[in-house]
Amino acid sequence: MTSTQEAPVVVPDFGDEDNDRKICFIASKGTLDMVYPSLVMANAALGEGIETHIFFTFWGMDIINKDTQDDLQFTWLGNTAMHPPGKKMHMPQGLAGIPGMTGIATKMMKKQIADLEVPEVPEFVQMIADAGGHLWACKMSADMMGLTMDNFVDGVEDIITATDFIELSDGGQVIFT
Amino acid sequence: MPVATFAGTDVTVDTEGFMTDHKEWSEDIGTFLAGQIGIELTDRHWEVIRFMREDYAEQGTSPTLRRVSAVGGVPTKELFTLFPKKPAKKMAYIAGVPKPQGCV
Repeated sequence: MTSTQEAPVVVPDFGDEDNDRKICFIASKGTLDMVYPSLVMANAALGEGIETHIFFTFWGMDIINKDTQDDLQFTWLGNTAMHPPGKKMHMPQGLAGIPGMTGIATKMMKKQIADLEVPEVPEFVQMIADAGGHLWACKMSADMMGLTMDNFVDGVEDIITATDFIELSDGGQVIFT
Repeated sequence: MPVATFAGTDVTVDTEGFMTDHKEWSEDIGTFLAGQIGIELTDRHWEVIRFMREDYAEQGTSPTLRRVSAVGGVPTKELFTLFPKKPAKKMAYIAGVPKPQGCV
């Protein structure tokens, strides 16, 4: 009789039991390059089963505004870190100011993002909502810009005040982008 | 590499318990692994798992959630219902392929 001892099967810990983590992003920018940080991280958090909120404020309102979300732009004006992909040279700041250059830079960046199979902003926002992410619009920004719930894409739950956001983020991690 | 016995077959796994060689997988193993994490596989689950395996074989990397919904045709919302909480990792675990590496 052989006495091989069978090792117990190791099952990955999917953390189904811990559900107390909460992450809240504040999305305050509306330039193409600066809307992705909160979207990528919120999506990653949802994929990890974490309760996730995004509070859109100021220029970040463009991310959830039906009229603007598919037309966000990128410029390297004021961004000295800009260099062409894979090249060790800086793009002259003055060049960014030439009419039409924002359109070209935007198109290039969109292509790079698409090459990574990362969705464009409208699809990304939809994906986050479908994954159970909570999307909130800032009341002060909505009032400033004359926006109502009718202006926002499906998935935005409500227009809330800064105080509401502070309350709902209680116990969570808050990340400003 | 540790060896584990899944559904009567010896397979190599990593320290977390994910299979390291997708060729060692069988449908019985898939059913067994799903059971280990409390998932009873329906036809819809199998559609996802078959897509995971086919796509991994073609692309050499595990598909992300977005790819499973955009190319595999199973909506994001449904993936979160079929494989609650951490769908990408759970799908990969059951399908015997590595955890997805993409950020999105």
